[in-house]
Amino acid sequence: MFHIYCPYCGEHREENEFRPKGQAHIMRPKDPESCSDEEWADYLFFRDNPKGIHHEMWVHATGCRKFFNMTRDTVSYEILEVYKMGEQPKITAASRVVGGEK
Amino acid sequence: MSQANRLSQGGQIDRSKQINFTFNGLRYTGYEGDTLASALLANGVDIVNRSFKYSRPRGIVASNAAEPNAIVQLGSTEATQVPNVRATQQALYEGLSARSTNGWPNVNNDAMGLVGKLGGPMMGPGFYYKTFMAPASMWMTYEKFIRKAAGLGRAPNENDPDIYDHYNRHCDLLIIGAGPAGLAAALTAANSGARVIICDEQESFGGSLLETADPLNGKPASEWVSQVVEQLAANNDVLMLPRTTANGYHDHNFVTLHERRTEHLADKAPIAHQARSRMHHIRAKQVILATGAQERPVVYANNDVPGNMICSAVSAYIRRYAVVPGQKLVVTTGNDSGYQAALDWQAAGREVVAIVDCRANPDGDLVKQARQKGIRIIAGSAVFEAKGSKRVTGARVAAVDLNAFTLKGDVEDLGCDTIASSGGFSPVVHLAAHTGARPVWNEEAIGFVPGKVKGVIPVGGVDAIYPLNEVLQSGHQAAVQAIESCGYTLTPLELPKATGRVEGKAAALFQVPHLKSTSRAPKQFVDLQNDVTAAGIELATREGFESIEHVKRYTALGFGTDQGKLGNINGMAITARLLGRTIPETGTTVFRPNYTGITFGAIAGRHAGALFDPERYTAMHQWHLQRGAKFEDVGQWKRPWYFPIGNETMHEAVARECRAVREQVGILDASTLGKIDIQGKDSRDFLARVYTNKWAQLGLNKCRYGLMCKDDGMVMDDGVTTCLGDNHFLMTTTTGGAAGILEWLELWHQTEWPELEVYFNSVTDHWATMTITGPNARDLLSEITDIDLAKDSFKFMECREGMVANVPARVYRISFTGELTYEINVQANYAMHVWKALFEHEETYGLTPYGTETMHVLRAEKGFIIVGQDTDGSVTPEDLGMQWCVGYDKPFSWIGKRALSRPDTRRKDRKQLVGLLPSDPKVVLEEGAQIVFDPKQQVPMKMKGHVTSSYYSPTLGQGFALALVMGGAERMGETVFMPMADGTVYEAKIVSPIFLDPKGERQNV
Repeated sequence: MFHIYCPYCGEHREENEFRPKGQAHIMRPKDPESCSDEEWADYLFFRDNPKGIHHEMWVHATGCRKFFNMTRDTVSYEILEVYKMGEQPKITAASRVVGGEK
Repeated sequence: MSQANRLSQGGQIDRSKQINFTFNGLRYTGYEGDTLASALLANGVDIVNRSFKYSRPRGIVASNAAEPNAIVQLGSTEATQVPNVRATQQALYEGLSARSTNGWPNVNNDAMGLVGKLGGPMMGPGFYYKTFMAPASMWMTYEKFIRKAAGLGRAPNENDPDIYDHYNRHCDLLIIGAGPAGLAAALTAANSGARVIICDEQESFGGSLLETADPLNGKPASEWVSQVVEQLAANNDVLMLPRTTANGYHDHNFVTLHERRTEHLADKAPIAHQARSRMHHIRAKQVILATGAQERPVVYANNDVPGNMICSAVSAYIRRYAVVPGQKLVVTTGNDSGYQAALDWQAAGREVVAIVDCRANPDGDLVKQARQKGIRIIAGSAVFEAKGSKRVTGARVAAVDLNAFTLKGDVEDLGCDTIASSGGFSPVVHLAAHTGARPVWNEEAIGFVPGKVKGVIPVGGVDAIYPLNEVLQSGHQAAVQAIESCGYTLTPLELPKATGRVEGKAAALFQVPHLKSTSRAPKQFVDLQNDVTAAGIELATREGFESIEHVKRYTALGFGTDQGKLGNINGMAITARLLGRTIPETGTTVFRPNYTGITFGAIAGRHAGALFDPERYTAMHQWHLQRGAKFEDVGQWKRPWYFPIGNETMHEAVARECRAVREQVGILDASTLGKIDIQGKDSRDFLARVYTNKWAQLGLNKCRYGLMCKDDGMVMDDGVTTCLGDNHFLMTTTTGGAAGILEWLELWHQTEWPELEVYFNSVTDHWATMTITGPNARDLLSEITDIDLAKDSFKFMECREGMVANVPARVYRISFTGELTYEINVQANYAMHVWKALFEHEETYGLTPYGTETMHVLRAEKGFIIVGQDTDGSVTPEDLGMQWCVGYDKPFSWIGKRALSRPDTRRKDRKQLVGLLPSDPKVVLEEGAQIVFDPKQQVPMKMKGHVTSSYYSPTLGQGFALALVMGGAERMGETVFMPMADGTVYEAKIVSPIFLDPKGERQNV
């Protein structure tokens, strides 16, 4: 069971207060009507399934009800960072390669 | 005295406290401090079980959690039956009653043993799959008999009388294992201010120190243990949990501990309301893993005959329980520690025939001690076969070349009744492996040590550190590291000193070669619990299984309840040798929680019976109970289903309730509907984005039905939303959808449109809702309200605030029945008062309470959908024929709009909502029934849709249904068929889904 730091509450809480909401940074196209069927299907249905660094969205469902993002290693399940909506991750698959494995 | 193997002195048992117990129906006695295993050995019980596959007689091998054979069924009553208890871990108590898990008619004379003997050579790995494969239809029959023959214990048939607790705990440092390393760590951390939890699966703390021959500070080690335990017990920052197994290590230092509180005392908790066991859910900042190492048995022919044990177990029984499990001992070993068993055996006054050591020149301190004591040492040799069937009668010994994997020279037969073997030690890495960290091979220690896990420090034996001084030191250093990382400082501490000794280099001894090839030699057991032999592993590799995970699955190596604690490493080593690889190349299999079995009660804790799932009641629940309502579960809510009068059947009650609504007035407790209060200047804009229909023009105190889609265009919820002010709306949702819709709204606001100023709050529980519906609704309500109810001043789809029964209320004139309806909303704690005030006029207006079943009939007659019943996540508003509720020209591309123009949602043959009228008016179709167009076609038929809602309508005088049918909107008037499992085929006509009052005149009166 994960131990998750809620960036809004400012505390670590148990995983059962949270719900995972899938891949983060999926932006709804600004003008859906001008999207091709393929582009719209891509937005609706297609998600990454990386081994390693994954940015995902969580919600503090039984806490503050706030959504936030998390960078998590899907191999070790280590939570590398949490950050608020609208912010960008500091740790990415690319930065890991450049910085080297620790 | 019947305890023939009990020594008159020594051990940590209390000879003044005799304990009576039964095993397989026979009476025995032991002493306080005994385990069931030590008491059985004291009484000379050789055979404790029959083996799983071959039904061979089996005796006690180990003295701890690793025991593969002495698996017993415990319990003196049906309700207190516990299967799969390791006798080595079960403390003896007065009246304990245990039976062997396997063996029919009994363990000493087992009928299946003959099958095993005769069929044994043929029963290789995959035997069951290969033999009982065809015909496939017979497998269920085979399985029943195979399972009976196998016997894995049985669950009780009566309710568990005990209760179980769950604890959530947090600590700076969790120490798993209270042996020398764990105790040194606890002692180090104890006065630092850090919060410490230390647990151990044994009856008391001390681990190997409880049975070691090595003194600490020149005194028996147990004295130091008592001292430390006393010190820790006096410390408020330290929680000590004996009889507590750390069973699972989960992500982020979350550890589950199973504490057995009363299992050492009696069958069930001796005091009322005492928890039999506790599950501690621990979140620790740092974890020190001090789980020690497990001695491995050596694999040789007939190494399963009772009397074959591991060396450390022999020492433990002698030193801790004052039990010598035999008369004449042969030790076979590849390391120095095996010698201790022989020294202890001799000191107990019994005969050591020989120590057989595979090393050519053993020379450690213990070897010298054995020589001084005159014990015969046969170097460069190994026991390659045990003689005997129900008890060891001898050991066959020969010189061995382990590199060439052959025996050489002459065979010597030694007479003995016990063979103790030591193939070396395997660190108990299970917990560290639970999160997927693969163990790492340590060549020098000849064992796997834990892989790196963040926040976990292995110490002592589990890190392949064995000399006592170093073990103590490693526990101390780990604690220093752990508490410093938590921000605490150390207080000086002096560790006890052990007498160091010179250890000779150990040899890697796994399987001993036989005179015959492995496949022709007598069985050489690797996994005793699952009857996996070296020959079985050989066959598996010959048949092409190369991955250790495949070998495991094919042979069932390590698949028992012991998870291969004794056998796995031997199995891997044998696989490696056969494949010409090293052990690290071969790798290990994965260990998973739980380390040892846990009773289901402990996992459930208090979440059983009435506490299994919370129940939600509305404010009028007591009234419903008094009125004799039958209830239906909707989510966690208890909703009245129908209100029978006298002996009415459900059908009769629902028919009466329906008629009351259509002819007089009915009342429904609708409090469970989800209610979300929405405020902020952009509320209206937000609603237009999340609903399919338009909200721009909705005036003050006006209500509107709204349909909500996901962005894939599929209907997800519906409900009525009311404008209570320019910046204030009240949204209602389905009962089951309430929590999810609130989260859905938050999701879109927080992640996509944070620029909109809008706030959401659940007010479901704050407002109670009473729906009065029927021709008499207006007259009834006018009795107790000051609101002007005149047809033209309070119109359909409007809301008014006012007093109802002298209580402030919001009244909505909306309708889910098609009748004149008022939904009265009041603060929940006033609701019962208002409800009763309405019922003061019960007789005047024929007010009739109705439940969800009548609600369903009434709404279906009107073709009103229930999201989740008439839709299933693959239905668009257009499929429902609700184009009237879709704002195609709204400026913002609302959620779901774009998807409605995808090719799939434009298909002409999509399933569409229709009404069905069965040809036989008495027929009520089955909900879920599949619809076909041609009932005479071949099976499997082409399914063209299904029935979603079906009821009998007292108003229509016949059965009717809603259904989703492919291209249904274009098929009005056509006949469709519903073939049922029993061969009946029902016939129905496709009609409009609105069966009653299509123009909506009844609700507009």
